[in-house]
Amino acid sequence: MEEKKNLSQKEISRRSFLKGAGIASVGAVIATTASVDIKADTKNDSDVIGKNGISCEFDVNGKKYAQKVPPRTTLAELLREDLNLTGTKVVCDRGACGACTVIVDGKSVCSCMTLAIDSAGKKIETIEGLANGDELHPLQEAFVNHDALQCGFCTPGMVMSCKNLLDHNAQPTLPEVRKAVSGNLCRCGTYPHVFKAVMDVSGKKGE
Amino acid sequence: MAKEVKLHIGVENDLEEIKVTIPDDSPKPWDGKDKLKFVGGKTPRLDGKEKVTGNAKYTFDMKLSGTLHAKFFRLPCPSAVVTKIDTSAAEKAPGVKGIVLVQETLPLTVRYADQELLAIAAETAHQVDEALKLVKVEYEKRPFVVDLAGAQKSDAPEVFQGKFERDKEVGQIEVDEDNAGQRRGNVRAPQDYTKGGTKEEIEQFIEKSEFSVSATYQTQVQTHSALETHGVVANWEGDHLTVWASTQGTFSVLGELAQVLKIPQTNVRVITDYMGGGFGAKFGAGPFGIAAAKLAKKTGRPVKLMFSRREEHVSGGNRPSSMQTLKIATNKSGKLEALSLVSRGSAGISTGAGTSAPAKGIYECPKIYTQDADVFTNAGPSKAFRAPGHPQGIFALEQSIDDLAYKIGMDPLEFRKINTMNHDVRQKEYQIGAEKFAWHKRNPKVNADKGPIKTGMGMANSVWYYFYGVGYQATIKVNGDGSVELLNGTQDIGTGSRTAMAVVAAEELGLKPHDIVVRIGDTKLGFGPPSGGSQTTAGITPAVRDAAYLAKNKMLEIAATHLNATAQELDIRDGVIFVTSDPTRKLSWKKVASKIPGGTFSVMGERKKDHIDIKGAPAVHFLGRNFYTIGGMQFAEVEVDTETGVIKVKRILAIHDCGRPINRLTLQSQLNGGIIQGVSYALFEQRVIDRNHGLQVNPNLEQYKIAGSMDIPEIETIVLDTNRGNSSTGAQGIGEPATAPVAAAIANAVYHAIGVRIRDLPMTPAKVLEALHS
Ligand code: FES
Ligand code: FES
Repeated sequence: MEEKKNLSQKEISRRSFLKGAGIASVGAVIATTASVDIKADTKNDSDVIGKNGISCEFDVNGKKYAQKVPPRTTLAELLREDLNLTGTKVVCDRGACGACTVIVDGKSVCSCMTLAIDSAGKKIETIEGLANGDELHPLQEAFVNHDALQCGFCTPGMVMSCKNLLDHNAQPTLPEVRKAVSGNLCRCGTYPHVFKAVMDVSGKKGE
Repeated sequence: MAKEVKLHIGVENDLEEIKVTIPDDSPKPWDGKDKLKFVGGKTPRLDGKEKVTGNAKYTFDMKLSGTLHAKFFRLPCPSAVVTKIDTSAAEKAPGVKGIVLVQETLPLTVRYADQELLAIAAETAHQVDEALKLVKVEYEKRPFVVDLAGAQKSDAPEVFQGKFERDKEVGQIEVDEDNAGQRRGNVRAPQDYTKGGTKEEIEQFIEKSEFSVSATYQTQVQTHSALETHGVVANWEGDHLTVWASTQGTFSVLGELAQVLKIPQTNVRVITDYMGGGFGAKFGAGPFGIAAAKLAKKTGRPVKLMFSRREEHVSGGNRPSSMQTLKIATNKSGKLEALSLVSRGSAGISTGAGTSAPAKGIYECPKIYTQDADVFTNAGPSKAFRAPGHPQGIFALEQSIDDLAYKIGMDPLEFRKINTMNHDVRQKEYQIGAEKFAWHKRNPKVNADKGPIKTGMGMANSVWYYFYGVGYQATIKVNGDGSVELLNGTQDIGTGSRTAMAVVAAEELGLKPHDIVVRIGDTKLGFGPPSGGSQTTAGITPAVRDAAYLAKNKMLEIAATHLNATAQELDIRDGVIFVTSDPTRKLSWKKVASKIPGGTFSVMGERKKDHIDIKGAPAVHFLGRNFYTIGGMQFAEVEVDTETGVIKVKRILAIHDCGRPINRLTLQSQLNGGIIQGVSYALFEQRVIDRNHGLQVNPNLEQYKIAGSMDIPEIETIVLDTNRGNSSTGAQGIGEPATAPVAAAIANAVYHAIGVRIRDLPMTPAKVLEALHS
C-alpha cells in the first residue's frame, strides 16, 4: 500500500515538473522578445501572445528578410516555409539528428530547436549560402568527389557541421571530425566518406 | 534474328571461353578481358552538386501553390473496436478544409497502437495539429499482446479474430497464401521445408549425432528510420492525379493508387526526383498516399501528407523479430550432416517474419529441415527491410556454425570452406579474406587476452540472390547539338542509380558520364525497376546499354555516309567517330549529331531475359523459386570491455560479389552503409513496446539508438570482378548482401574475445555482463 502511494506521488510530481518546465520555456520566449511590443497583438488575457506574428529582420546568407513570425515558429520553419530555403532538413524536430544544422553567429545550432525570433538580427548561414554562384565551396566539392552522400537527406546538416568545424579548426584530426558530426545522423551510413572528405579539404589524408 | 558471340567469363582472372547467342538488337556482353573506361571505375554522382547545395528537391520540400497540409489522427490504443468517430468540431476548426476516414464503415478494429483512423487537411500544419485535438472517438478497449513469446501462449488475446485481413500494401514479403483454417491463435500455419528426410528423421539424426549443437537465438524489431519519412504530395488536374512520393518504387505506387482509387493507370503519374532513404519500407502508396489523394480530390487543392518521426517508427515499417531454435550436426571430419531450424517471428499485424533462407542456401548439407511461422502481435506492420529475414537467419546460423567448428576443434573458416565447396566465388573469397584480415595470425584459443579488455576476431557468410525484372524501357535521345538524354521512370534511392545509368551509356557511346543528362523518377519516362531486392542496377543497366548500342549504331550510320565508309568500319571513342583502319578519317560526335536527319532521334532499349543462366554457384529455393546465390562474407574484429560490457567494433573487412561492378565509388558507399546498418542492428537498435500499455516507448531518434560517427569501425571492402555474360552489362546487386552477415560476424568475434556467446540482439552491455557472469 505504502509503496504504491509513493509511486503515484512520484508520478504526479514528475508530471507537475514537466508542466513547470513547459511554463519556464514559455517564460524564456517572452524574456527574449521583451524588446518587441507584444501588446499590439494581445486583446485580452486568453489571447495567444503574438498570434499574428512579430515583425523581425533576419540575415540569412548575407541577405536581409523582413518577416512577421509567430513566436512559436522555429528557425527551421522560418527557413523552409517562409523563406523557401528547403535545403535545411527537419528529421526528428527535437535536436536528436542534426539534419537541420545551420550556423548562427558562428555557432552551429539545430534550427528545429531554435526559435526564429531568437535568431532575428543574427548572422544565419545555411547550406544555400555555401556555394559561390556555380562554384562549390571546397568542402562541398570534397563531399561530391568522395561520395560523402547517398540519399543526401542528411547532407546539408552534415556539410554545415563540417563547415562549422573547419571555420574554427582548419586542420582537424580524425577524432575531431568524428566528434564534430557526432550529432549528425546518417541512416545511409556515409560517415567513412564524410571523414575522408573533411580530411581532404583540410589537407590531411586521414590518420 | 540472333547472333552467336564468343565470350570470356569467370571470376577475377579465372576465365573460360564460351559461346552465347544474343539478339541482334543487343550488344555483345562485356567480356572478362575487356578494358573498360568508366564501367568499374569511380564516377562521382551526377546529382552530387544538387545534394550538397541543398537544391535537390525531395517530396518533403515540395511546395505547390495552395498546398494544404494533412496529418493522420491515430488512436493510441493497441487493441480496440471503434464505434463512433465525431469530427464535427474538427471540421469547424480554423483552416480545416477536409477530413477523410480511413475506413468509412464502423465498427473499425484497431490492432496496433497509433493505427490511423482519419486524416485532416488544413491550410497550415499547426492548424491540423489543433484540429486533431478536437476529434472525438468512442471505442471499446480489447485485450492485446505485443511480445513474441506472449503471443504464442494458448490464452493470448487473438490479434485477428476470424480471418486475417491482409494488408494490401506492396513491399511486404508474402511467402505463402494465408491459411486461416490452420492458424492457431496468433501463430500462422507453419511453412515446412525438408531435404534428405522427414522432420522426425532429421531431428532424430541430430539427437544421436556425436557432434552437434543446439541453441535458441532471439532478434529484435528494427525500424527502417529513413531520414525522410514516408509521404506524398497529391494533386489532381481534372481526373488526372499527380503524386510526388518519397518512394523506392514509382511504378508500384502508381499501380496501387490506380487500383485503390479505381482510376485507369494512364491517369496517374508518380514523380520522385530525390528521396531520402527507404531500405525496403517505401514501395507502396500506403494509407497515407490514398488519404492524401482523397483529400486532394475532396478539397480541389494539392495536399501534402508526410509522416512525423513518431509515425515513421510506429507505422512506417520494421524488420520483424525472431526466435529461432537451431540444431546442427557434423561428422568428425567437419562435413555437415544435418540441420534443423524452427523459427517464429513477429511482423506485428502483417507477415513476412521467416528467417530460414540462409539455412537452406549457404551450406552443402544433405539433411535439412526448416519451419517458419509468423506470429501476430498488436504492433505496427513490418515491411521488407534490406535483406528480409537474412540478418536474423544469419545471426543464428553463423553462430551455430562457429560453435560447431570450435566444438570439433576446427578453424571456423576452414569449417565453412569445406562445406561450401560448390561455390566458386566463396572459395575465392575465403582465401582473399583470410589473407587480408591476417586470419591465421589470430589466437585459435578463445578468451585469450589477459586484461579486462579483450579482443576477438570472427567471420560470417552472407547470401543473397540474383534478381532482375524484365520489360524495363530505357530511352536515349540524341539531339542536334550532340547532347544526350537518358530517360527511365525508375528512382534513385541513394544508391546512385542515376549515375550508374550514365556510366553505362557513356561507355557504349564513347562519351563521358557527365555528358549524359539522366532523367529518372517519373513514371512518364518509361517502365523501370523498383529499388528492391538489390535489382535496380541488374534490371535497368542492360536496357540502358541496349539503348546506347542502338543510338551508337545510328550515329555510326550517319557518320559513315560522311566518311565514305560503312558503319561496320567505324568506332567511337572519347567523343570522336573514326574509321578503325585509319583513325585520321574522323568526325566529332557533335559534328555527326548536327547531321542527324530531322535534327534529333530517340531509341529504346528493353530489358530482356538474360542470355544465359549464371553458372558457377548453386541455386537456392527462395520465395517460391530458384535463384542463383550471390556469395559474400565479412570479417570482424572487436574489443570487449569485460568490466562495462561495452563492445567496440574495431574493423570490418567485407568481401562481396555483385557481378560486374558498374561504379565502384557509389558501390563503396553502399557497402559502407550496409555494414554500418549491420553494426547498428548488432549493438544498438531496438523498438521497445511497453508490455502493459502496448505503446512504443522510443518512437524518436534519441531513445531509438542508431550507430553514429563515434561507432564507425575501420571498414575495408573488396568487390570481386565477376563476369557471367548473362546480360549485356552483367551487373548484379549489393545493397542487401552487405548488411546480412554483419551482426553474426560481430557476435562470432565477441565469442572469440570473451568465450561466451551472446545469442540475443542487440548485444547491449547488460547482455554481455549477464553472459559473462552466468
Ligand atoms: S531535425 Fe533538428 S535535430 Fe533533428
Ligand atoms: S545520405 Fe542518406 S541519410 Fe545520410
